[in-house]
Amino acid sequence: MAKPGLDGHDKGALVVSRALRDAGFEVIYLGLYGTIEQIVQVAIQEDVDVIGLSILSGTHLKVARRLIKEIRKRDGWEVKTAIGGIIPEEDVQKLRRLGIDIIVPTGTPISKVGDLLRASLEK
Amino acid sequence: MQTEKKQELSKFSTDSDIPVSSFYSEDDLKGWDQDKELGHPGRPPFTRGPYETMYRGKLWTMRQYSGMGDASQSNRRYKYLLSQGQTGLSVAFDLPTQLGYDSDDEIAEDDVGVVGVAISSLEDMERLFAGIPIDRVSTHLNINATAPVIFAMYIALAEKRGIEVRQLRGTLQNDILKEFLARKAFIFPTEASVRLVCDVIQYSVDKVPEFNPISVTGFHVKEMGASSIQEVAFCLADAIAYSDELVKRNLDFDSFAPSLSFHFACGRDFFEEIAKFRAARRIWCRIAMDRFGCKKDESARLRFFSGGSGAVLTAQEPINNIMRSSLQCLAAVLGGAQSIHVMAYDEALSIPTEESVKICLRTQQIIAYESGVTKTVDPLGGSYFIEWLTDRLEAQIVAKMEQIEKAWGGMANAVIRGFPQREVIERAYKQEIEIESGKRVVVGRNKYTTTTKTRIKIQTPNERAALLQKRRVRSLKKNRNQKLVAESLEKVRAASKDRNVNMIPALVEAVKSYATVGEITSVMKEVFGTYKDPGLVI
Repeated sequence: MAKPGLDGHDKGALVVSRALRDAGFEVIYLGLYGTIEQIVQVAIQEDVDVIGLSILSGTHLKVARRLIKEIRKRDGWEVKTAIGGIIPEEDVQKLRRLGIDIIVPTGTPISKVGDLLRASLEK
Repeated sequence: MQTEKKQELSKFSTDSDIPVSSFYSEDDLKGWDQDKELGHPGRPPFTRGPYETMYRGKLWTMRQYSGMGDASQSNRRYKYLLSQGQTGLSVAFDLPTQLGYDSDDEIAEDDVGVVGVAISSLEDMERLFAGIPIDRVSTHLNINATAPVIFAMYIALAEKRGIEVRQLRGTLQNDILKEFLARKAFIFPTEASVRLVCDVIQYSVDKVPEFNPISVTGFHVKEMGASSIQEVAFCLADAIAYSDELVKRNLDFDSFAPSLSFHFACGRDFFEEIAKFRAARRIWCRIAMDRFGCKKDESARLRFFSGGSGAVLTAQEPINNIMRSSLQCLAAVLGGAQSIHVMAYDEALSIPTEESVKICLRTQQIIAYESGVTKTVDPLGGSYFIEWLTDRLEAQIVAKMEQIEKAWGGMANAVIRGFPQREVIERAYKQEIEIESGKRVVVGRNKYTTTTKTRIKIQTPNERAALLQKRRVRSLKKNRNQKLVAESLEKVRAASKDRNVNMIPALVEAVKSYATVGEITSVMKEVFGTYKDPGLVI
């Protein structure tokens, strides 16, 4: 779980991370101010199943494009992607088309986020 | 009667989990010493208020936090606010400025002017306050990691306008410890950061004595999910950390304590927040007198700004937030705040529009001029419940502060290890689960909900202003005395390297040569390094 860019409001990211722990996930919270490249690098090192990004600044589409591009550079690497935060309804489909697997707009019950991740991993 | 009381205790609690009885009487205040605990307004222990006449003498300052786009756009908003009855300014800076990046920096690309005003140079500050008499209107500069640079700009601006710096009023937030804990707009490692906070305070006490060089802040900690007990404990512990550091510099506590100010949230538990403010004043007074041995009353007097609470507002049915904010404002007034910001109804969606912020000012004005609550000081003083709750909060806050000191080794140490963060997130998580289960009622969100969405106009980021700002900064960098800039930056570097040197004079010189926030911060980063958030083991 990470927050790219300059936004330091990580209450959402931390609370969701905590909920995922209760749902049986091991969460590595990378903190703030990471670049997509740095986040992806750690994801490979830690051999994660899901990369989760929390974005409240409205830059989710831009970030999604960058994330998918970074992942595709690593041929053969399988990882699921999740983006959560302030995502208007009309952008949910756009994110899916860009290749993001799990989308968690504000208002999604945190007790359900674990289920969303598992459903995607089982596909 | 007694068993009935006991049964109620387990069902009703304050927001901070203090069990509340069905009624209170003098039995709950057995042994309570009125002179010791309550006292007189304007005198230790200041429970009833920091000043004798409070709002009878002077109303609180109506100070809406505001900033957007570039300096010109924000300047227009400030003039609008002042025309609508705002009595003090409060500047919101954008994330690049807070984090030490210029508007034209690639890393700042998406964030210029979004959550606050973009300030990259003294030129921007000049435009921000164009036509605003800063010698007569007091300004809060809500800036932390780059506070020394912004402070230097404010001083330089005053000098340029021929304003006597010794009479310059205003406040800097300048509280870096709470950034590590909650707000997260940090740059340098903790030791260098605390040094900078103290450089600002020391310089201000000496050269800008009418200024409040710090606003020790609990607000963001509470918004993050802390209880009122944690909020006050962490905040006052931060104040102790800074005071200890200043005393180590051989400064007399009485020389700087009167210029310390504080900043708290005002959440949804009406009576608890009122009692919290009263308890905070009493606790700080005792710390100032007993721990620091202050010799004058002004050193023990806690003055605070109330920021309301955005975390309890909803995106659903946003108009409801006006009622929530009104209650918060009333609690702050009954709790004796010196200045107040009211959260706008669209807080969950965007920064305020002119319409939504006007309602915030009207809220304050209606309470001030129509409700009658300002006619006497501390009107709830003597209430069995309020005095009992004030005592209860004091006891729990003091106990928490003891833990911080003895088990955690103080706040500077604790924040690096993530101790307070973990506690706060745990609480935030539990609260969110309670909201989802319906145990914690949020009207319009989990109770009395509708499917119809309220359509309101919201403030959108000004992309054109951001573009103009980027161009402006690029242009400034080409049209300056580059030799002067380079020399001044070397002086900043030299000052950074010597911790016995106060950085402010070098920073004032640098900003006067139109060195930018980003350039100055880069030099300081080269010397101090940057703080790497260790993340948290969840």
